[in-house]
Amino acid sequence: MSMKRRVFLKGSLAAGALAGVGLLMPQAVLAAWPKAAFDATSVDDALKGTYGMTDAADSSDINIKAPDIAENGAVVPVTVESSIAGAESITIMSASNNNPMAASFNLGKGTAAYVATRVKMAKTSDIVAVVKAGGKLYKAAKNVKVTIGGCGG
Amino acid sequence: MANTIKARAKVSGDECLVKALITHPMETGQRKDSKTGEKIPAHFIQEVNCEHNGANVLNALWGPAISKNPYLSFKFKGAKKGDSLKISWVDNKGESDSLETKIG
Repeated sequence: MSMKRRVFLKGSLAAGALAGVGLLMPQAVLAAWPKAAFDATSVDDALKGTYGMTDAADSSDINIKAPDIAENGAVVPVTVESSIAGAESITIMSASNNNPMAASFNLGKGTAAYVATRVKMAKTSDIVAVVKAGGKLYKAAKNVKVTIGGCGG
Repeated sequence: MANTIKARAKVSGDECLVKALITHPMETGQRKDSKTGEKIPAHFIQEVNCEHNGANVLNALWGPAISKNPYLSFKFKGAKKGDSLKISWVDNKGESDSLETKIG
């Protein structure tokens, strides 16, 4: 991005009130970011926005590692691992957040179905992990109790 | 912005385990400034890409629900000790950073 465009963008973004997430995104850079999924307020809508489908079969081949009780909802460590063959993508959601969608990971050909990160949870909720493999969706959930909510709202 | 990414990549058997820590506020846009009472604008990483030998091994799409100073770990095959791994991110304001690190 040229300096002029950067400065312009910075200026235009800084000016005025940013009324919400995603209103003033530089479209050219972020064509691939699934806004509909991140703005969705339900797990199904988040899946629709990410994968274009909502049908996900429950799977015992998805392992979600997350604390049973998270002391700090702002930083909840989540690891998702799956043994489903041909996994191409893993999506993590915190079902009871206003916007459940936390992240989606598109895996390269030799990349394992294993991702670890830390998410914000507004309150006690299911962490839902969805794996896309062979054109189908599979899901699993793990309930995490949150004592102090992490979205700052 | 520079040097916001710290990463370690280690090969064990045929798999390379990558652990990265990125410095970034990951503001949701919901938090209120305690002094002014106004909402702090959303400022979060939207995309993280990891490349090895010119191939994209991980494309992560993030939202504001990823914690501040995000942690990321993943594994992929086909890397050798001494290879280079590139990790880069772009946020909703168009800011970005990247890091090239040696696989150990």
